[in-house]
Amino acid sequence: MEVQYSGDVMTLNMGPQHPSTHGVLRLELKTDGEIVADAKPHIGYLHRCFEKHCENVDYPGVVPFTDRLDYCAAMNQELGYVLAVEKLMGIKINDRVRYLRVIMAELGRIASHLIAAGTYGNDIGTFTPFWWCFRDRETILDFFEETCGARLLYNYNWIGGLMHDVKPDFGKRVIEFIDYFEPQVDNLNKILSDNYIFIKRTANVGILKPEVAVSYGVTGPNLRGSGVAFDVRKDEPYLGYEEFDFDIAVGKGDYGPVGSCWDRYMVRIREVKECCKIIRQAVAKLPPGDVRETVPKRVKPPKGDVYMRTEAPRGELGYYIVSDGSPKPYRLKVKSPCFTAMSAFREVSRGVMIADLIAILGSFDIVLGEIDR
Amino acid sequence: MESVDQLLQLIPYYDLLPEIIRAMMPAFVGCVIILAGLLLTILLLVWFERKVSAHIQDRLGPMEVGGWHGWAQTLADGLKLLLKEDIVLDTTDRTLFKMAPFIVFIGAFAAFVVLPFGASSIISDLNIGILYILALGSLAVVGIIMAGWASNNKYSLYGGMRAAAQIISYEIPAAIAIMTVIIPVGSLSMVEIVNAQQGGIQNWFIFRYPPLIFLAFVIYFIASLAEVNRTPFDIPEAESELVAGYHTEYTGIRFAIFFIAEYANMFMVAAVITTLFLGGWTSVGPTDSQVIPGPIVFYIKAVVLILAQMWIRWSLPRLRVDQLMYLSWKVLLPFSFALVLGVGWLAVYA
Repeated sequence: MEVQYSGDVMTLNMGPQHPSTHGVLRLELKTDGEIVADAKPHIGYLHRCFEKHCENVDYPGVVPFTDRLDYCAAMNQELGYVLAVEKLMGIKINDRVRYLRVIMAELGRIASHLIAAGTYGNDIGTFTPFWWCFRDRETILDFFEETCGARLLYNYNWIGGLMHDVKPDFGKRVIEFIDYFEPQVDNLNKILSDNYIFIKRTANVGILKPEVAVSYGVTGPNLRGSGVAFDVRKDEPYLGYEEFDFDIAVGKGDYGPVGSCWDRYMVRIREVKECCKIIRQAVAKLPPGDVRETVPKRVKPPKGDVYMRTEAPRGELGYYIVSDGSPKPYRLKVKSPCFTAMSAFREVSRGVMIADLIAILGSFDIVLGEIDR
Repeated sequence: MESVDQLLQLIPYYDLLPEIIRAMMPAFVGCVIILAGLLLTILLLVWFERKVSAHIQDRLGPMEVGGWHGWAQTLADGLKLLLKEDIVLDTTDRTLFKMAPFIVFIGAFAAFVVLPFGASSIISDLNIGILYILALGSLAVVGIIMAGWASNNKYSLYGGMRAAAQIISYEIPAAIAIMTVIIPVGSLSMVEIVNAQQGGIQNWFIFRYPPLIFLAFVIYFIASLAEVNRTPFDIPEAESELVAGYHTEYTGIRFAIFFIAEYANMFMVAAVITTLFLGGWTSVGPTDSQVIPGPIVFYIKAVVLILAQMWIRWSLPRLRVDQLMYLSWKVLLPFSFALVLGVGWLAVYA
C-alpha cells in the first residue's frame, strides 16, 4: 500500500499502560489520522538488573531469576541456563533427566504458544480463542504444579538434574492430554486461523522479508514465519533433539506474501503440533533413573567462558557465562530473542494503520520481561 | 396508547384533573412504563451476554450473586457503578463531558416511542415512524463525538471520530434496505408496517418477494451491528487499539449510562428488525388465532435477534477501519440499491 501523508502529524503515546502492548512497552507513535508514520519503541520499564544480580548470587541461585525473564515460558528459560552451566562444568546428565527436560520444555513451549495465539486473537478483537487457549494451558500448568509445586515460575531444572521426579502415572496422563489437545488445535484453527476476517486483518500486514529478518538477527517463530527454516533444535541439537522425529514449522505464505503476521501466527500453531509429536516420542522412551544423580554438591565451575543457545518458544535464547573459578558467575549475558524481534518491529511498522500496528506487535509475541531483563 | 388511557381511568377522580395535566398524563405514564421495562430488559440482556459469552468460551460466567446462576450480578454491578467516584478531569470540557452520556441515552431511548409492542401498545403512532428512528440514530453520533472531544484524550478522540464515520456510513445502506419494506407498505408508520404483515408467517416481509427482502434483511442486520458498535464493527471502542474509545475517561454512573445506551440500542435495532421484517407482534399463525399476547411475541423475537448479535460478537474478530468503509460503500450500498430497484419493479409490474 502506498501511503500518502497529509503532513498533519500527531504524537500518540501507546503504553506503558495499554491493553495490547503485552506488558509495559511504550510506543511513541507519530500518527497521521489512522496511519502510523513512525513507531518508536521505548523499553526498560521492566528492567530488573537481572545480569548484575546474577553476579552476586551463586550459580544455583540464578535459576529462579531466569524464570522471571520470559515468565510465559519459564521452563525453557531455566533450561538454557542450566545447560550452559553443565556445559561449563562438563556434567553428563542421565537419560531420565534428559527426556524429562525435553517433555517439560515442549509442554512449556505449547503453553507459551497458546498464550501467543490466544492474546493474538485478543489483539485482533476476538475473545473466545483466548479462553479456549487458556483452558488448555491450565492443564499443562497443572502438570507443572504437581511436579514442582509452582504454576508459573518453576525453579524445576537444577544444575545437573531436576528438582523432583514426576508422579508415576505422569507419562500416561500427558499422553491423554495430548490426545485431547491435538483436536483442540483444529478447533482453534476453525474459529481463528481460518476465519475470513482474521485472514484479511493479518495476511497482508507487517511483511518481514526473509533477508530483513536475517539481517536483524530475528530468530524463532518470527524468523520461521518469514520462511527461513532455522531451528536450534535441528541445527545445533542439544538434549538429544536429533533423536526425535519432527519437522520445522515454517511460514508458507498461504494467504499472502511470506512473512506476514498470519504466517508468524500460524508457525506457532504448526509448531504446537510438532511439540505434541516430540512429547509422544519422549514419553515412550522415558527410562527409569534418579533425577538427582548428577546434581553436584557444590557448583564451582572451572575458569573459562561458555555460550549455550537453546530454542526457547520465542526464539534462540543464548546464555554467555564467564567464570573466574568462584561459586558466583563473573559475568552473565543473555541474548534475548524478543529484543532482536523488537528491533525489527520499527522497520515493518512504518506506514501501517493503528489497527495493523497492534496486529504486528502481537504477531511478534514479545515478552517484556525478557526484553528488559 | 388506548391501554394506557384505560389504565389512567382507573385512577379515582381522574376526570376532575385539569385538562392540560390529563393531556400530558398518557405520555408521561407511557415514558415511565417504557423506561422501567427498558431497564429491566437491559438487566436481562447484560446477564444474557455474560452467560452466552461464558458458555461459548467454556466458562460458567456469574454463578453466585442472587442465587440462581448469578441472575443479580448485573444489579450488583450497576449499584457498584452508582457508588463509584464520578471523576471529571480538569482538562475536560466539563459541560460537554457531562452532557454526552445523556444525549447518547436519549437517542436510544426516544426511539422506543414509535415501537409497536402490540396491537394497541404503542406510545405514539407517528406517520413518519421509521424515519424518526433513523433520525434518532444520528443523534447518538452527536453524543459520541461530544464525549470523544470533551474528554480531551487522544484515544477518546479517535474513538469518537471512528464512531461518527462508521455510524454515518452504515445508516445509508440501512435506510435503503428499509426502503424495500416501505415500498410494498406505502407508509412510514410502524403500525401500518406491522398491519401489512398480518395473517401468518408467510406474510412477514422477510418471506416476501423471495429472496429480495430476505437479502435486505441481511443487509440491515449487518448495518445495524455497525450502528450499535457491536463486533465485528466495534471499531470505535476497539479495546486492543483504543483502550475504550470514546468512553475511556468516563467513570461511575456516566460510564453506566453509556453502557445502558449500548444495550438499549441493541434492543432498539432488534425491535426495528422485528417490526420491519419479522411481523412485529404477530405470531406465526393467522391473526384471529393468536393466543400469546402481542408484546410477548414481539419481545421474544427481539431477544432471539439479540442472542444472534451476541453469538456473532463472541465468534468474530474485528474489522479494520478501511475494511469497514469498503464493506459499507462498495458492498452493502450497491446491493441495497439493486434490491430497492428489484422490489420496486416487482411491486409495480408483478
